[in-house]
Amino acid sequence: MPRLEQNRPLAWSDVTPKALWLTRRQWITGAAALAATPALSQIQAAPSRFSTDAEPNSFEDITGYNNFYEFGTGKEDPAAYAGGLTTDPWSIVIDGLVDKPGTYDLADVMKDQPLEERIYRLRCVEAWSMVVPWIGFELAGLLNRVGVQSGAKFVAFETLVRPEEMPGQSSPFIEWPYREGLRLDEAMHPLTILATGLYGEPMPNQNGAPIRLVVPWKYGFKSIKSIVRISLVAEMPPTTWNMLQPSEYGFYANVNPTVDHPRWSQASERVVGSGLFGGRQDTLMFNGYEAEVASLYAGQDLTVDY
Amino acid sequence: MVSAGAPGLIDRLNGGARRVPTWAVYGLGIVPFVFLVWGAVTDNLGVDPVKVIEHRLGELGLQFLIASLTITPLRRLGLNLIRFRRALGLLAFGYVAFHLAAWVTLDMGLRWSEMAADLWKRPYVILGMVGFLALLPLAATSSNAAIRRMGPVAWGRLHRLAYAALVAGLLHLALLSKVWSTEVLVYCGLGLLLLGLRLLPKPTVRKRAAA
Repeated sequence: MPRLEQNRPLAWSDVTPKALWLTRRQWITGAAALAATPALSQIQAAPSRFSTDAEPNSFEDITGYNNFYEFGTGKEDPAAYAGGLTTDPWSIVIDGLVDKPGTYDLADVMKDQPLEERIYRLRCVEAWSMVVPWIGFELAGLLNRVGVQSGAKFVAFETLVRPEEMPGQSSPFIEWPYREGLRLDEAMHPLTILATGLYGEPMPNQNGAPIRLVVPWKYGFKSIKSIVRISLVAEMPPTTWNMLQPSEYGFYANVNPTVDHPRWSQASERVVGSGLFGGRQDTLMFNGYEAEVASLYAGQDLTVDY
Repeated sequence: MVSAGAPGLIDRLNGGARRVPTWAVYGLGIVPFVFLVWGAVTDNLGVDPVKVIEHRLGELGLQFLIASLTITPLRRLGLNLIRFRRALGLLAFGYVAFHLAAWVTLDMGLRWSEMAADLWKRPYVILGMVGFLALLPLAATSSNAAIRRMGPVAWGRLHRLAYAALVAGLLHLALLSKVWSTEVLVYCGLGLLLLGLRLLPKPTVRKRAAA
């Protein structure tokens, strides 16, 4: 602490040095903004009207129980093996029917896109669910910036292929890269985000660092992780699970309790993190986002377009 | 065939096995169960303890069933572990029964109508139940008294249901998996090998006398 000058009157700032009260203020602001987070927030994100008021799963649940076959098929494999993934530098190729195609650095992809915290329900096709406080921005913001041409009807996504850092990619069961796609109106929907973090932290590797898709009304496998390519295309693009088992995994993959997976029921789901005797809850149509998205599928037979 | 040094080894193994009491097999067999219960009580089974418990119990059931079906092929090689077969079979039944109980309570949360629908429509659920039902009469007739009452021929015929239980269990596992993982392929390969060995001609008395 600096010594006081003898001939200067005492001020309140002498009681608490500026450096200290500044940090204290930051700390209070951070704590108030994300009171529920386990760690101090590094990413500032605005709250969203699209967030559910359901209680989010813990950071440990969300980062310790993942389907990310690039790192193995076990739920704990991504947490165990994704640590070595290099996510900086990172760039995304944006191509196809766009006005400004190119290879965009991650910072450029995120430029001017307002970050929001979106607390979304996540429903896996395996009939379990979680609630995740994502941080991200609307995909529509990025697509509008690069300029979608009139012929574009679908958006195709690809995950990174880097077997030396993604040990699961040595398995031949899946034809890499992992591929996903959305119809253009689904991609432009305000619920559809590119997420770059969760719980105020940068996206953990096992959750799809540094940038992933989140489409909350569809089964989790549609929300492709660690994206390196976004293509605007005219035709419905091939998607990984549909390529593997077309009778079981459709292109749309909307959460729908009335359309069962051919091998198991989708009527209910186990809530991961609810403990040994948490039981099940009924699965909601479009995972509870029916009011927002049902109109996208007006006139479609969802038992055919599953 | 068996090499010159092998009979010595097999004799030693047989001699060692004779000194192992059968209760030791039961004791070791329930160790994984104790670990599982301990893990559940101390909340050490990870993010999704229900899935871990359910999967582990089913896996142990399949492993003990496979172990019990290796006894006969090993006997043909001269290794006689027949004393332990009942213990292995009963452990298999016990784990499968707890696996079923975990599905009914922890996984399905006693949603009876959904379970009934699954038992009607879902091949993997149906096959799992078929496997359990196939093991049920085997467990019920596992005592010496039952063998005496039935006679060895009828008893042996009934206990061929173990093959049905193995096939049902393997299909149950394969249908549950999203992709053909190494684990699934290993279990299926092992199961098919054990079943295939039953198709080999039985060793005759003449051969044994010659040896």
